[in-house]
Amino acid sequence: MSAITAESRPTLAAKARLRWDRQTSRYLLLYPERGLVLNPTAADVVQLCTGEHTVGAIVDRLAAKYAPQPREDVQREILAFLGRMAERGLIRSGDE
Amino acid sequence: MSEEPRPYTLVAELTYRCPLRCVYCSNPTDWNRHADALTTDDWLRVFREAEALGVVQLNLTGGEPLLRDDLEQLVEGARRLDLYTNLITSGIPLARERLARLKALGLDNVQVSIQDVTAAESDRIAGARTFDRKLEVARWVKELGFPLTLNVVLHRDNLDRVAAVIALAESLAADRLELANTQYLGWALVNRRTLLPTREQLDAARDVARAARRRLQGRMEVLFVTPDYYAEFPKACMDGWGRRFLVVAPDGLVLPCHAAHTLPGLTFDNARARPLAEIWRHSTAFGAFRGEAWMPEPCRSCDRRAVDFGGCRCQAYHLTGDAAATDPACSLAPAHALVEAARAQALEPAASLTYRTARVAERA
Repeated sequence: MSAITAESRPTLAAKARLRWDRQTSRYLLLYPERGLVLNPTAADVVQLCTGEHTVGAIVDRLAAKYAPQPREDVQREILAFLGRMAERGLIRSGDE
Repeated sequence: MSEEPRPYTLVAELTYRCPLRCVYCSNPTDWNRHADALTTDDWLRVFREAEALGVVQLNLTGGEPLLRDDLEQLVEGARRLDLYTNLITSGIPLARERLARLKALGLDNVQVSIQDVTAAESDRIAGARTFDRKLEVARWVKELGFPLTLNVVLHRDNLDRVAAVIALAESLAADRLELANTQYLGWALVNRRTLLPTREQLDAARDVARAARRRLQGRMEVLFVTPDYYAEFPKACMDGWGRRFLVVAPDGLVLPCHAAHTLPGLTFDNARARPLAEIWRHSTAFGAFRGEAWMPEPCRSCDRRAVDFGGCRCQAYHLTGDAAATDPACSLAPAHALVEAARAQALEPAASLTYRTARVAERA
């Protein structure tokens, strides 16, 4: 497993699927026998994990959305979140 | 708990029929009395009603779900409802073309069971020559782009080979490995004397699994399901009665767990006769062990009552004769001596195995 960096182009793991939950108005990330409730920020990130965008590009886009939060803070949070998701095998770095 | 319980997972037991005869099958020993009674349309309605109640995960299981000719229609219907659909199968009987069709129709995950790491041992436990074909099916699963869950039920005769099981799972590029220690219900309870491992076997296997989990983190999820016979406290069986799971049996009975219809004194509703939402919210059977009012001591005043919910009702009944007893797996249970006595048998020579048959089994 390679670590996720600003240059990685992360993708959702094959086993994971995003689903809108009408009951809670949140996105759920579903995978075998389990599911995670994503907060809106996490859902924004996961939706951009298509393999098309670098983490840097994802940060740019979301920093604009969450302005005036500083870009460094947004990047730190996103990298930490993606790192945790990669450890759980839910996100691939795309670097392999 | 004021929050209204929400079912997240529907376990659809499409049929109890199965070409295998595994000695630890979790189906009830009188499975033959429960015919496949739900039509394709019945099942599709059950899926719709379950999704409307909050279900997001669907396990298609059995018995062997591949024996249903309408599996394709069921997968297609589940996908239309955006359910995360997991096929839990022995892989027998299956052609690659059918698996490819299921992929195209939106099946999300395939869980294949193997019984051991060699054909001779795996086939002995399954009571059928199936091992080589199962490996072939597992390879198709990956080739077709599915995530693969490999499930191996652990017991006295294969626990010492957990390292080899992990190596096999790696060679198959499994995404998830379930090392599931036998739950002693159904046929496994009939064969408990032969299947129950020693504590030493279990501790060694757990260490191997733990090391593999660290090493494979992010690549393969390694799950080691502790057997409650050797735990200090019972499992939170089904995450609590009627809290998160709905099981629908082949005959249409709607159950809080896959063995609940073996409990006497409870009347379960049939999905053909009553809407699922009504059964979930208002049936006496679902209400029977919800919350804490039913609990005896020592559960009622125990700090863990909201952690393990008193353990497994079916285990309580099948060991003590009282479904409302504290699960005897709990070290605090009045009937814990029953579990201690069973553990003592793990040190004795094995008895012969009783294979799953259509006849009702007697307790060994």
